[in-house]
Amino acid sequence: MNVVTNNKWIGQRTIRPDGMDKVTGRAQFAADTTMPGMIWGKVLRSPHPHARIKSIDTSKAEKLPGVKAVVTSKDIVDFPIEKGAVMLGIQDMRWMCRNVMARDKALFPGHPVAAVAATTEAIAEEACKLIEVDYEVLPWSIEIDDALKPDAPILHEFNKFDGKPSNIVGRLEHKKGDIAEGFKKADVVIERTFTTRPVHQGYIEPHACLISVAPDGKTTIWSSSQGQFMVRAMTAYLTGIPQSDIRAIPAEIGGGFGGKTIVYLEPLATLLAKKSGRPVKMVMTREEVMRATGPTSGSKSTVKIGATKDGKIVAAHGTFYLQAGAFPGSPIRGAAGCSFTPYDIPNLLSEGYDVCSNRSKVAAYRAPGAPIGAYAVECVLDEVAEALKMDPLDFRLKNAAMEGTKAAHGPVFPRIGYIETVEAAKSSPHYAAPLGDSHGKLRGRGVASGFWFNAGGESSAQVNITEDGNVVVTTGHPDIGGSRAGIANICAELLGIDYRRVSVIIGDTQTVGFSNLTGGSRVLFASSMVVTQSTEKIIQTLRERAAKIWEIDPEAVKWENGAAHPASPNAGQFEPLTLEELAEKAPAMGGPIGAGVQLNTQGADGGFGTHVCDVEVDVDLGIARVIRYTAVQDVGRAIHPGYVEGQLQGGVAQGIGWALNEEYIYTKEGKVDNPGFLDYRMPVCSDLPMIDCIMVEIPNPKHPQGVKGVGEVPLVPVMAAVANAIYNALGKRFYALPMSPPKVLEVLEAPTQQAAE
Amino acid sequence: MTELRYLAPDTLDEAVGAFAKAGSAARILAGGTDLLVQMRSGVLKPGVIVDIKKIPELTAIEQTTDGGFRIGAAVSGMALAEHETFGKVWPGVLEAVNLIGSKQVQGRASAGGNLCNGSPAGDSVPAMVAAGAIVTVQGQDGRREMKVEDVPAGPGRTNLKPGEILVSFTLPPRPPGSSDAYLRMIPRTEMDIAVVGCGVSLTMKDGVVTSARVGLGAVAPTVLLVEDAAKALIGSRLDDAALAKAASACSAACRPIDDKRGTIAYRTKVAGVLLKRTAAIAAQRAQGK
Repeated sequence: MNVVTNNKWIGQRTIRPDGMDKVTGRAQFAADTTMPGMIWGKVLRSPHPHARIKSIDTSKAEKLPGVKAVVTSKDIVDFPIEKGAVMLGIQDMRWMCRNVMARDKALFPGHPVAAVAATTEAIAEEACKLIEVDYEVLPWSIEIDDALKPDAPILHEFNKFDGKPSNIVGRLEHKKGDIAEGFKKADVVIERTFTTRPVHQGYIEPHACLISVAPDGKTTIWSSSQGQFMVRAMTAYLTGIPQSDIRAIPAEIGGGFGGKTIVYLEPLATLLAKKSGRPVKMVMTREEVMRATGPTSGSKSTVKIGATKDGKIVAAHGTFYLQAGAFPGSPIRGAAGCSFTPYDIPNLLSEGYDVCSNRSKVAAYRAPGAPIGAYAVECVLDEVAEALKMDPLDFRLKNAAMEGTKAAHGPVFPRIGYIETVEAAKSSPHYAAPLGDSHGKLRGRGVASGFWFNAGGESSAQVNITEDGNVVVTTGHPDIGGSRAGIANICAELLGIDYRRVSVIIGDTQTVGFSNLTGGSRVLFASSMVVTQSTEKIIQTLRERAAKIWEIDPEAVKWENGAAHPASPNAGQFEPLTLEELAEKAPAMGGPIGAGVQLNTQGADGGFGTHVCDVEVDVDLGIARVIRYTAVQDVGRAIHPGYVEGQLQGGVAQGIGWALNEEYIYTKEGKVDNPGFLDYRMPVCSDLPMIDCIMVEIPNPKHPQGVKGVGEVPLVPVMAAVANAIYNALGKRFYALPMSPPKVLEVLEAPTQQAAE
Repeated sequence: MTELRYLAPDTLDEAVGAFAKAGSAARILAGGTDLLVQMRSGVLKPGVIVDIKKIPELTAIEQTTDGGFRIGAAVSGMALAEHETFGKVWPGVLEAVNLIGSKQVQGRASAGGNLCNGSPAGDSVPAMVAAGAIVTVQGQDGRREMKVEDVPAGPGRTNLKPGEILVSFTLPPRPPGSSDAYLRMIPRTEMDIAVVGCGVSLTMKDGVVTSARVGLGAVAPTVLLVEDAAKALIGSRLDDAALAKAASACSAACRPIDDKRGTIAYRTKVAGVLLKRTAAIAAQRAQGK
């Protein structure tokens, strides 16, 4: 593959193709779609954390005037547990069918038990109240420690761990060397236990869909998701309608961050539409989003790291317990697999435990699991560096993974850019700057690093030259991070034309080839591969057409600056033929010009980042604020630097929220007590400083433009960077998130209380 | 699917009549920034809404003959902020009113609504209590006046009688050397609800506090007037000992709950911290610094 150099468009901060629509309010999100005859669907949800559903009587609801259809779990295709896993990506349909609608048991408050479609939202809500559910209320547990107690209520009785019914539904480990031997060589060993609370992805757009099922079964879905093909496949599985009959049209997406990689409403709305014969629209309330859609796991992690006096890590052991929620599937792979990966550690054991408990099923959240694990590991590293009296960045450099290092999760690294991120952090203006005047508050600085796998996978693209010589690129990935702008830059670069002549759209499931989810930081990596290959095919066609017109050999035609030029020995003999001219001549020269490519892309390299964070703590109120932040990341090649920086800044903003204030709070009845943005405190703009970005560009050698995924790494180091900065400010370590004002003040006051006792 | 009637009378008498007639099904609409949220979330389903913004007295800001201010109950935060002199005389009340919600909310939200919503965490209320505001209410039996601190009865409840409408706040004239301030603790920097709110109004002469009032929010079922804190400040030069005593009085007055917004221990401690900081700001302003 030829790496493009001397770029005109790659690396430019071009105007985003979706920008005008979004700032003017024209962009169509899922809830903006309507259809003639449309009716409204609502979900009846379990009020109980854990209850056996003995019976459901929907007869009164069905009789309410205006009600057009009612569905329960009987209408959803069952995937019996004993028949084994039916996987769609990382989701097991046995759990998906039970998550979209409770079958024998309701497993969290908010778990759907029935759905109604009626002519108005108010009637649908009224009808939900008329559904009689006979629950046998069961004991429940939400916190990891409670779910692991010997007498804990078991969510899934079939599941056994160590031969006994258990809420531990999965375990994995990565191992290298012998940790017992390794720790013997250590001069300093530090072991700490950390907890984190469940946090929500916090997308502004609630889940929404409009679904029409025609009498012949042809189904059209308009919805907001991170993958229209995922929506189609899951809906097909759960309703029994073949995929060929389901056209899933992706709406603009108002945030996903991983949380829109599964379905909640689409199967229910499809069944309601099928039963009623009317298009059905469903829009979640914020409260439903907070109660019933995936936050990520709460966690309990224990990390032990041993190092020699000269600063070499000789052994490390991490144990990560993650809440899966109601069904198996917490991101233990990210926690156990990523947390130690920036380091070359000869003896390592990293274990993950997947724990079910009575809260909503987790959904992916930006580098799922990795920030949880990195929080624990990077905080312990800070303590080890302190014990060794080493600068924390020097300590990381001394142990950094590099080309040839074997990661515990398997791969031997190719050329990676981790060391460069640490060096860039170390030589940054931020790291050199004094902490500054604190106006009576305490200031501190912390650093942390992070790693995320990044993904490749299936992508399809079709590139067509329009009759007037412009370009339409169709890809199959919802654009949540700027992929349209990136693709336009690449396609314009390859064709040598102005990027405004390239229109990039996202096709629906029946008009573009299969494309896997927008997730794993994979979209620009994968889609630019298929777009590049498609565009190269088009350039080949254009050269052949010009050669035919000039009656010379195609190999003697070169494509440059948007036109075919005769190359030596014919150089200068013919006037160049532009893309417009060749498009105009297309009908006579063999027909329309276009090409599509479909690939299961390979070669996505993992990504590394190193962050520097300054905090200021108001010690009387316990308020910690981040006052300066620099995110350094190996971004491969920044195709659109503005969007890359946007990803880095967005990840940091979410991490600061996770570190300082965001958390699911539960009532003593086991219900989420803060299901809205008032009391689930994500940061607002004024809570954050301008987040500085340093993009280290080590091109991915396995990608035509050198692209690496960039979207998830920037969340991974944040909580540890903030925690380490707060320690530096206060001299006190925090082992639990969030470090919210009451908790900070409690720790600050602790010695005084002891003195008083 | 209940029917909802919306009334927007031009006179207070009409409003009082309509409000009384509709009984418990009725709600008063000023800015609506609490009412509409409660309706959308299903907490409230009023049958009649009486919009009081069309009544001139309720949206007027007047200077009284003795030099005080009368503020209509439905005056929005933005309208109060744009008044030429109000913010110079009562900067603490103004900053408290202007902390309710966002910029957009400020275009509608009123101090009257904030008080009648009955939340112990309402931002304008501790500042109004510190200011010694008197409210005028009108019902079918006529007008009466109440101290602002007597209005809240508990979370979501007031001591207004059925059918009574809050008409205005009257703030007393200010002797020279007077000013006020309001501070709240929120975990974020904006768009949040007070975990503790503290209003302090002071009059000072030659560096000595001659009169003081302290209002505390979000630490008890209602906003509190903390007289012991005021006593500790009066006669002092706001030295550390006086401030510590006033802070202890604030902490002692707290009867908070543990909830999702803060713990008992946290709120009790913060009440004292905020008293010190708020008093310092009020004193600076009072002394023209």
